[in-house]
Amino acid sequence: MIEIKNVCKSFGDKEILNDISAVMETGMTNLIIGTSGSGKTVLQKCMVGLFEVDKGDIIFDGKNLTNMAQEDRKELRQQIGMLFQGSALFDSMTVEQNVKFPLDMFTKWNHQKKIERVNDVLARVELKDTNKKYPSEISGGMKKRVGIARAIVLRPKYLFCDEPNSGLDPQTSMVIDKLIHEITKEYNITTVINTHDMNSVMEIGENILYLYNGKKEWEGSSKDIIFNKNKKLNEFIFASEFLRDAKDMRMLEEKGIVDNDRNMEKIMREGGANLLMNDDDKSE
Amino acid sequence: MKLFSTIGAYLLMLKGMFTKPENFKMYWKELMHQSVEIGMGSLWIVTIISLFMGAVSAVQTAYQLTSPMLPKETIAQVVRDTVILEFAPTLVCIVLAGVVGSKIAGELGNMRVSEQIDALEIMGINTKSYLIGPKIIAALITIPLLVVLAMVLGIYGGRLAGSLGGILSGETYDRGLLINFFPKNVWFALVKAYTFAFIISSVSSFFGYNVKGGSLEIGRASTTAVITSCILILFADYILAFFIL
Repeated sequence: MIEIKNVCKSFGDKEILNDISAVMETGMTNLIIGTSGSGKTVLQKCMVGLFEVDKGDIIFDGKNLTNMAQEDRKELRQQIGMLFQGSALFDSMTVEQNVKFPLDMFTKWNHQKKIERVNDVLARVELKDTNKKYPSEISGGMKKRVGIARAIVLRPKYLFCDEPNSGLDPQTSMVIDKLIHEITKEYNITTVINTHDMNSVMEIGENILYLYNGKKEWEGSSKDIIFNKNKKLNEFIFASEFLRDAKDMRMLEEKGIVDNDRNMEKIMREGGANLLMNDDDKSE
Repeated sequence: MKLFSTIGAYLLMLKGMFTKPENFKMYWKELMHQSVEIGMGSLWIVTIISLFMGAVSAVQTAYQLTSPMLPKETIAQVVRDTVILEFAPTLVCIVLAGVVGSKIAGELGNMRVSEQIDALEIMGINTKSYLIGPKIIAALITIPLLVVLAMVLGIYGGRLAGSLGGILSGETYDRGLLINFFPKNVWFALVKAYTFAFIISSVSSFFGYNVKGGSLEIGRASTTAVITSCILILFADYILAFFIL
């Protein structure tokens, strides 16, 4: 579990994070969402210690990162895996060498054992026959998988993903989301994901933190999002007409008014929004 | 003000390098890799420059020594001393500032922009000691060796040009090399080589490591690294000559 307590961060006169508090639960996919410039990347970088916070605490299972000695911080970082937006694979190394790198640096295992672990994690991210390829020879989606494999090769307790779907097609994005979600459950790790992707929010968002202009605007799960009344969040999440319609449909589903194909004729005739309005009126 | 903060950041970077390696074997591997990159990668350019530097020096000295009162051996002496004192350490290091400096700044800049440095930091690796330390040590090992090679090849280039151009015979040239030879000059050249190697590697690392932005900034950082290294080499050259000679 990661606790963020009253975190503030500024660059010069510009305030980026203003009194953010949240809890990132273990075994869950915790999402940080928000518009560009809302401070989500800065918050994540503060959480992994790449930026120092001006005020507040970041606590990893009882250990406070903000006042930790350098050696303890190094030790903690070995329990953190991170998937970067651009994958951040080492260009001069093959896929196998990239994934093996943390093992070479931090374990005294023999070569055979390292290779076994590398093959194990590469199989887990469903990558085969890529061991000897260089990052320039594989696709964007494959790079993300290698990034995930490298992040989990030391069996971390915490996994951070910075916009894991950026630059990927919707289908590959879904696969990557599913993979991160499965790994979170399988290894029972605390996963923190920065994302813009609404598919990710709806599919894997178990605990969502919405930032607006550096402040915490909303917190909840993907189910809560459907029924939320926060104007700023709704404007952000359901930006297009298509997404607003999808939201109406999901609300109907959640309320049991429609079960996928059932009652479609009625919805088409009366309109989803009308049905929802009537339903709300009834409940009131 | 910016100059002082830059110097401060540079000194902090150097201080940050001195930590216990996470894994000595990996650091050793990186040191060997960098030694090959810096040393072997610059071997051909140093060989070509040195040979021509000595050759041109011999031809131009002969052109200027018009008095029949001066013995031919003087040409060898002039070539030897200019090559050892100035050409081999300074000229070669200025070329290396371009070749090695831009490579180091570009490599680190690219790693910074593509978040590879952040990835290493998050793994718990001290990137200053892992990425910069081996580069500086490799430069301190290989650049003085390249300078010694440049001295030998420069002097040999002068002999080759002298004998091929009919300026003086090989025997006369060899005789001239032994007249008034001061071993202190070689020692002085090595002091310069170590100083310049440190300047090239550390300054280029500093500008590459601190790149902010994108590919345009990587190019700018490489250019700034080369220019700053060249200026500092010339400045250090003067200071060392003033105090040691």
